[in-house]
Amino acid sequence: MSDTESYGFDTLQIHAGARPDPTTGSRQTPIHQTTAYVFRDAEHAAALFNLQEVGYIYSRLTNPTIAVLQERIATLEGGVGGVCCSSGHAAQIMALFPLMRPGCNIVVSTRLYGGTVTQFSQTIKRFGWSAKFVDFDDLSTVTDAIDEDTRAIFCESIANPGGYVTDLDKISAISDKAKIPLIVDNTSATPYLCRPIEHGATLVVHSTTKYLTGNGTVTGGCVVDSGKFDWAASGKFPSLSEPEPAYHGLKFSETFGPLAFTFFGIAVSLRDLGMTMNPQAAHYTLCGIETLSLRMERHVENARKVAEWLENDPRIEFVSYAGLKSSPYHKRVKHICPRGAGGLFTFGVKGGYKACIKLVDSLEIFSHVANLGDARSLIIHSASTTHRQLTKEQQEAAGAAPNTVRVSIGIESFEDLLTDLDQALTKASS
Amino acid sequence: MNITDLKIKRILNSTKTIACIGVSPEKIRPSYFVLRYLYLKHYNIIPINPKYEGEIIFGQRFLSSISEIDPSVKVDMLDIFRRSESVLPIVIDGLSHLKNLKTIWMQIGVTNSVAKNLAIAAGLEVIENRCPKIEYQRIFGELRMSGFNTGIISSRLVLN
Repeated sequence: MSDTESYGFDTLQIHAGARPDPTTGSRQTPIHQTTAYVFRDAEHAAALFNLQEVGYIYSRLTNPTIAVLQERIATLEGGVGGVCCSSGHAAQIMALFPLMRPGCNIVVSTRLYGGTVTQFSQTIKRFGWSAKFVDFDDLSTVTDAIDEDTRAIFCESIANPGGYVTDLDKISAISDKAKIPLIVDNTSATPYLCRPIEHGATLVVHSTTKYLTGNGTVTGGCVVDSGKFDWAASGKFPSLSEPEPAYHGLKFSETFGPLAFTFFGIAVSLRDLGMTMNPQAAHYTLCGIETLSLRMERHVENARKVAEWLENDPRIEFVSYAGLKSSPYHKRVKHICPRGAGGLFTFGVKGGYKACIKLVDSLEIFSHVANLGDARSLIIHSASTTHRQLTKEQQEAAGAAPNTVRVSIGIESFEDLLTDLDQALTKASS
Repeated sequence: MNITDLKIKRILNSTKTIACIGVSPEKIRPSYFVLRYLYLKHYNIIPINPKYEGEIIFGQRFLSSISEIDPSVKVDMLDIFRRSESVLPIVIDGLSHLKNLKTIWMQIGVTNSVAKNLAIAAGLEVIENRCPKIEYQRIFGELRMSGFNTGIISSRLVLN
């Protein structure tokens, strides 16, 4: 919507969306711990409920602290607006809900976070939606999977559990041709490393729980709209283009133009699905996001050093990190995420499942948790945890085979990470 | 603030009277949203739409055309809610009848390069494919409340 390119990323991650509090002068964004907001008068209330004016009504919909975070993330992604919600999983539903009807499907990458695979392969069926999983390196199968009921293409920029970068330019060319939106989960990359909208994405979703917050304190999610998709052109997106009965027949795309998706997210999705972020969570994420670029630089630097060290270690089968010169995706990194391939990757341990369990149980600095994007280094054996609901084939496709562990490299002194891995690998291989 | 934003801010601050071409009194129409908003922001509005000639909206009578505007009224801006191909005669009408005219504003989805160049040559400012309501809300911070990227950054304290 606006040319914010005159400010650098490091300025925007601190200032976008925020201002000195107009009542008190508070410099840091206050936590607005309130459920409701007083109307000026009855006419003001009516205008807010009719969407004729922008303003606060009730914190299930909007909240001043959360609004700052929404504008911050939307700005960093180069979108027109953002809607925050309670988790990354909620953000995915918030992204799909305006697009889908029973009988509709999405075409999605096989290389996804295990929890997303479960959400898309199992849970969304209860809404009458379905997902077709295809290899996003095989462009013709992506094209062939699209049918008249397909309403979106979905992938991750840097895929969790790492090692894979999606060629967003090629995938967005397919979505453009099919006139359907491309939704990109940018959680692992963050807008510092990758800006999916610049590569043709329509919507960007985040688990703000991860790098954006950066300290493992709160869960949250966000959907950012590029404002570039014409929701009315195809007739495939009636929620956005047809009269909305709950708002006296208002058409979102006609009334709000490029802001339609974001307004719908607040006025219908949050209103009726209720998966709202809370202002405390927004506060923690706002504090964290101020240092995003500094942390991501260190995450990337440490990840590269640890990956290179592991690659040369005889106890290791393989290292799958797109930041390594040996990675088949090394060239793609330069194009899609030139500042680095993230802090997340997998490696295979000689000795298989048992050695992985022993490794995870022997570490002193790495924490064994089901999370990523924390300041501290984390490790998980995906096959026995996050990806255990999946079939063996799904595990392999997702980079979560039984001999594989996933690490989220933190911002500690990298020498200490190497020492810790070294002693634990010795125990694991004995 | 970038050059475009500065220009929009200057227009929104200096404009007093806006003739709104093609607005509707139907309460779910986007043009009604805009008209109502501009009225609430204390702009003088002149609704123009032959379909509703004589009807009253926000205390103003619908006129059927620009030529019906009282010559003593200084109109600063035309806000055009018409298809792109209908814009040129509206701008020609505006330039010939409204001596005080300073700005041609075309709504989202409306562009016309011939009309634009004509207006610029006559010394007017032209905004295409934008909405004054959205721009007002963005530049003066109201869109902040719903998480939109306003592009506005300032460390200055503006008390309520």
